Order: sequence, then structure tokens, then C-alpha cells
Amino acid sequence: MNIVVCVKNVPDSETRIKILSDGVSIDESMIKFDTNPHDEYALEAAAQLKEKLGGEVTAICLGDDNATSTIKRCLACGADNAIHLVAQNSRMADSLVVAQALANEIKNISFDIILCGKQSSDTDSHLVGGLVAQILNIPCISMVNEISVSDKKVAASRDVEGAKEILECSLPCLLTAEKGLNKPRYPSLRDIMKAKKKEIKRKEIMLNQGGIEILSMEYPPPRNEGKIVGEGPEAVSELIKLLKEEAKVL
Amino acid sequence: MDILVFAEQREGKLKKTAYEVVSVGRSLTDESNGKLTAVIVGYNIKNISKELGKFGASNILVADDERLDKFVPSAYSRVVSSIIKNKNPDVVLFPFSSMGKDLMPSVAARLGVSAASDCTKVEISDGEIICHRPVYSGKAVAKVSFSNKPAVISLRPNTFSITEKPVSPNITEVEIELSPNDFLTIIKEIVSAESKRPDLTEADIIVAGGRGIGGSEKFSILEELADLLGAAVGASRSAVDAGWRPQKDQVGQTGKTVSPDLYIACGISGAIQHIAGISSAKYIVAINNDTEAPIFKVADYGIVGDLFEVVPAIIGELKNVP
Ligand SMILES: Cc1cc2nc3c(=O)[nH]c(=O)nc-3n(C[C@H](O)[C@H](O)[C@@H](O)COP(=O)(O)OP(=O)(O)OC[C@H]3O[C@@H](n4cnc5c(N)ncnc54)[C@H](O)[C@@H]3O)c2cc1C
Ligand SMILES: Cc1cc2nc3c(=O)[nH]c(=O)nc-3n(C[C@H](O)[C@H](O)[C@H](O)COP(=O)(O)OP(=O)(O)OC[C@H]3O[C@@H](n4cnc5c(N)ncnc54)[C@H](O)[C@@H]3O)c2cc1C
Repeated sequence: MNIVVCVKNVPDSETRIKILSDGVSIDESMIKFDTNPHDEYALEAAAQLKEKLGGEVTAICLGDDNATSTIKRCLACGADNAIHLVAQNSRMADSLVVAQALANEIKNISFDIILCGKQSSDTDSHLVGGLVAQILNIPCISMVNEISVSDKKVAASRDVEGAKEILECSLPCLLTAEKGLNKPRYPSLRDIMKAKKKEIKRKEIMLNQGGIEILSMEYPPPRNEGKIVGEGPEAVSELIKLLKEEAKVL
Repeated sequence: MDILVFAEQREGKLKKTAYEVVSVGRSLTDESNGKLTAVIVGYNIKNISKELGKFGASNILVADDERLDKFVPSAYSRVVSSIIKNKNPDVVLFPFSSMGKDLMPSVAARLGVSAASDCTKVEISDGEIICHRPVYSGKAVAKVSFSNKPAVISLRPNTFSITEKPVSPNITEVEIELSPNDFLTIIKEIVSAESKRPDLTEADIIVAGGRGIGGSEKFSILEELADLLGAAVGASRSAVDAGWRPQKDQVGQTGKTVSPDLYIACGISGAIQHIAGISSAKYIVAINNDTEAPIFKVADYGIVGDLFEVVPAIIGELKNVP
């Protein structure tokens, strides 16, 4: 079972976002970068499948030098190999361009499953997995919270509005991971030392021209100043009155 | 501008997002003197497709086929992308629902175009379509435009208003070409949720609980309030990770983004990752016994106190009023 995991390097969730004077980019000098949370579930699923069924796990990341720590972490958490695709201004490249670059590299690898996160936590597009699958013309099951593999087939379940679905497809396929799929491991010191010996294949690539232009970035309008209605159950009548008469939501 | 919208239905029922995409499509086409086409895919759906006329869908294309009864992503994507290739619209609108999240990337890849997801505003400026997208967990809003046609866009559910604008629609059935290759994924089983409560992303009101609730059985007090209000029940990550609520109830950066009219946060501190999921809620109420809890900074109305006293008082008050 050979598995490719797509991993994105994103600003840490606590990070303050400062928009630069060019109005389209953010100040990255202060930002701590981290692995995209959903990609940790994807990587853990890959590691568990490998432990059960054998094979190799390859992590692939398109990103700048900030991504190196994320890639090293993948190697300590179950990946055997890693490919770091490096391109000019890759953080601004749109999802289609990113997917084309990933697909272009993945097609040279002999794989059974590609695992992605369901979405990235910075630009939240929920696109790259589905795009890669369509470009490679393989089946895709998104937002999976359970995976079982047998007989060259994958069954996976997911929650959609009002229902739980179980879908099935043949290999090779692409799956995108939902939180709850597993509990990502913490690497042991030994894993971290072992990972240091593994090779990161660094490749400079040229990206295609995209179809999205980022015109500007703005801070969201501040929420209205709130008020403390009162303390304890005595405040409830007033709250209900405000919700009915001022907010008009009851 | 010619606009094509994907109107989602499941089990023969139009989703709320279907009215939202049609309403947005209608106002954009009116503004730009274009043509609006709504596409609906499924089986035995001709009847429900008419309802879209009430919101201004003047042209409705119906892809009605037994093989499309259940949502098979690859088959739906094949049908929708061939309609788009045939109609050549300037803009395509999807909902950012589970179905839209599956369809949009697959359709965009088949058309070879880029897309903009989870938009909270779409406008026309100098003849160009511009999308507003919250990014970095809602800490910034990006405005993006397209250099490719069509502009493929998904709309955040529960965010755009639904406007009635009755027309008598032209309803056309489209011819469907599907091959076994379009059924690479198959649906093995669909288990409908037992709960009659609305889904978090579609609910007008959400009652949510965090670590302050203290256990799974204690959520029953929030469920009682939710059922009184016809609301959904949400949870913080702490409550989910403790095993008190299922993953699908989680609100926040690694859970769901919700846009209800009213979000009632009980025993939730208001961590930045939780706020990321509720910043497009219209009104936020916080009930917390810690005056310093950050949730009070984003709440429109707050009550400082023990939720096990305050929530029952709310239930009592609501039950008392006829
Ligand atoms: C402010 C701003 C606004 C943007 N707006 C748009 C837009 O409207 N449309 C658009 O197409 N692009 C847009 N982009 C660019 C795009 O979001 C990212 O550059 C691109 O990396 C894809 O991210 P995503 O959010 O689409 O990822 P998602 O589709 O949410 O990611 C899903 C999964 O794909 C994989 N993945 C994603 N990126 C990578 C990567 N670089 N390397 C390895 N695996 C990866 C991961 O497994 C991830 O979990 C924008 C960028 C910025 C900075
Ligand atoms: C990468 C990443 C992603 C994350 N994603 C999410 C996410 O999607 N969603 C999310 O929610 N979190 C997320 N988190 C976790 C987040 O940082 C917080 O840890 C979490 O939101 C805290 O949950 P809580 O408010 O329920 O618990 P706490 O922070 O422990 O707050 C409990 C609150 O309850 C109050 N309380 C206690 N008892 C009572 C009582 N009897 N009556 C009234 N009030 C009471 C307390 O005063 C306190 O304010 C994420 C974290 C990371 C690092």
C-alpha cells in the first residue's frame, strides 16, 4: 500500500495577522508556521494503513523554506520519504495551480491512495483534494472519518448535512481527512532522530498561470460593542426582551 | 452577465442554499442585464424544481435520471460540467455545503478554471465579478477577481438573504450522458440522522456548550433549550475531544463555520479558534461564570453566571410566554 500525503504549511492558529501596506499580503516575519491541522489526520491515517498493510508513505508539500519544519515533522510521524516542491510566491498561487503542481509530481509516483486534509486552515478553500483527484482522473471521497481498505477497494464514511454516508471506490483513489478520523501521534525522540537521516527531495518548479487575482485584503469590520445584560438568572427576562425587541431573533 | 446556479436538493427536498444561490443569481443578473439559469440534479424532481421560480429562476434545467437519485459526486460533476460547457455562462454559483464542496473542485478541474470558495459577498464592479472571502480564520477578508471564464464561486450557507421574486419559469429537461466511468465512487449506505434538529450550517439558532457543561449527559439541558427554539446543538472542541458530543457538532476552525441569526454559547471561553467558526453569526449570546472570559468580547449580550441556573431560567421564561 503506497500512500502519498499532501501537506500544507500554514500560519499557526493563534497568529496575529498583519496586512502589509501593499494591501494584498500579510507580514510573514512574525508568523509561526505549522502543519495544517487536517493534514495531521491525513498523515496519521497513512501511517496507520502502512503499519497494517505495508508499503511506503511519501509526504509532498508545495511551499517556501518555512515549510521545512513541517516536512521534517512528517518524516518523524510516519512518512518514509518527502518531496518539497519549491516555487516563487507559492503562497499566492491559486488552488488549481497548486493542484496541478501536486498532480504533476504525484503522477510519477506509484501510489494506491492519496490523502489530503479536507481543507487548509489559512485559506479554507476545500478545493485542492478534489482538484488533484479530477486532474489525475481517480475517484475521490472527501471529509472521511473512517477508512477501511480491502481487495483493492476503499470504503469510507463521512457526515453530511443530516446523514452519515458510506461510500466505496476502487484503488487508486484520493481521500480527504476530517478531524476525528484518528488521533495524530506525537513523535518520540527516537522518531525525530531517525527522521533526520531521511532524505527530503527538494525540487524547484515553475507554476502555471492562475485564474484568481487577489485584489485586496482587509480586516473584518469589528463586531458591535456588546453588553453584559446582568448576573445570574435574574438577568434572563431582560435578555429575552432584548433578543425579541432589539435583535428580533426570537 | 449570464449566471448559472446549482440548486441543491436531497431526497426530493430543496435545500435552503438552493433559494440562497437563486436569490444571489437573480440580483446579479438583474444588475448586469444577464440571463439566470438554475440547474437541479436528481430523480423525480421536476415538481420541486418549479418552486425555484418563486425566487426569480426564469430558466430551470432539470437533470432527472434514476442513476442520479443519490448524490454520486463524480456523476453529478459530469452532468453539471457538461451543462456549463454547453451554456457557457460567465459565472457559476455553488453552495459551500457538503455537496458543493465535492462538486466545485471536480467541476472546476473539468473546466480547467480556478474557483473561489466560501464567499460571504459577491458584487459586480466595473463589469467584473468580485468575491469577498474570509481568510486566516476570519482575521482578514480577501477580495478576489477572476481572469478565467466562467468564474466559479461557492457561497457560505446561511449568509445571503433569500428574496422572493416570482416568475413563471421555463423548465427544460436536459439530456443526460453518463458512462460507467462516471460512477467511480458508489454510495453503499446512507443513514439519516436520528435527530430532528436542523444541521448546524443551516440552523437559524444554535445553542452550544463547552467544557463548562461538564459531561455528555449534562448536555440534555442545552438540548431542551434547543428543542424549545427549534435550534441546533453545537459544541466547542474541548467538549468534542472529551467525547461528550460527536465530531459533527464541533464549531470552529477545525469544526464547522456557522452563520445563524443567534448563537448562544454556554460554558465556552471563546478561544480564537472557536470564534473563527462563529464570526458570521448575526447575534452572539454568552453565558459564562467568568467575567474575564474572552467570549464576552465578541458577544452582543452576556450573562455572567452559572449556566446551570441561567439556562433553566431561560427555558422557564420561554415556556411561560404563550
Ligand atoms: C488571501 C488569499 C486568498 C486566496 N483566495 C483564493 C481563491 O479564492 N481561490 C483559489 O483558488 N486560491 C486562493 N488562494 C490561494 C490558495 O488558497 C492557496 O495558495 C493554495 O495553497 C491552496 O490552499 P487552499 O486553501 O485552497 O487549500 P485547500 O483546498 O483548503 O486544502 C486542502 C488540502 O490540500 C492539500 N494542500 C493544499 N495546499 C497544499 C500545498 N501547498 N502543498 C501540499 N498540499 C497542499 C492539503 O492536504 C490540504 O489539507 C488565496 C490565497 C490567499 C493568500
Ligand atoms: C489548531 C487548533 C484548532 C482548534 N480548533 C478548535 C475548534 O474548531 N473549535 C473549538 O471550539 N476549539 C478549537 N481549538 C481549541 C481552543 O483553543 C480551545 O481550547 C477550546 O475552544 C476551549 O473550549 P471551551 O471553551 O469549551 O473550554 P474552556 O476554555 O476550558 O472554557 C470553559 C468555560 O466554561 C466556563 N464555565 C465553567 N463552568 C461554568 C458554569 N457552571 N457556568 C458557566 N460557565 C462555566 C469557564 O469560565 C470557561 O470560560 C483549537 C485549537 C488548536 C490549537
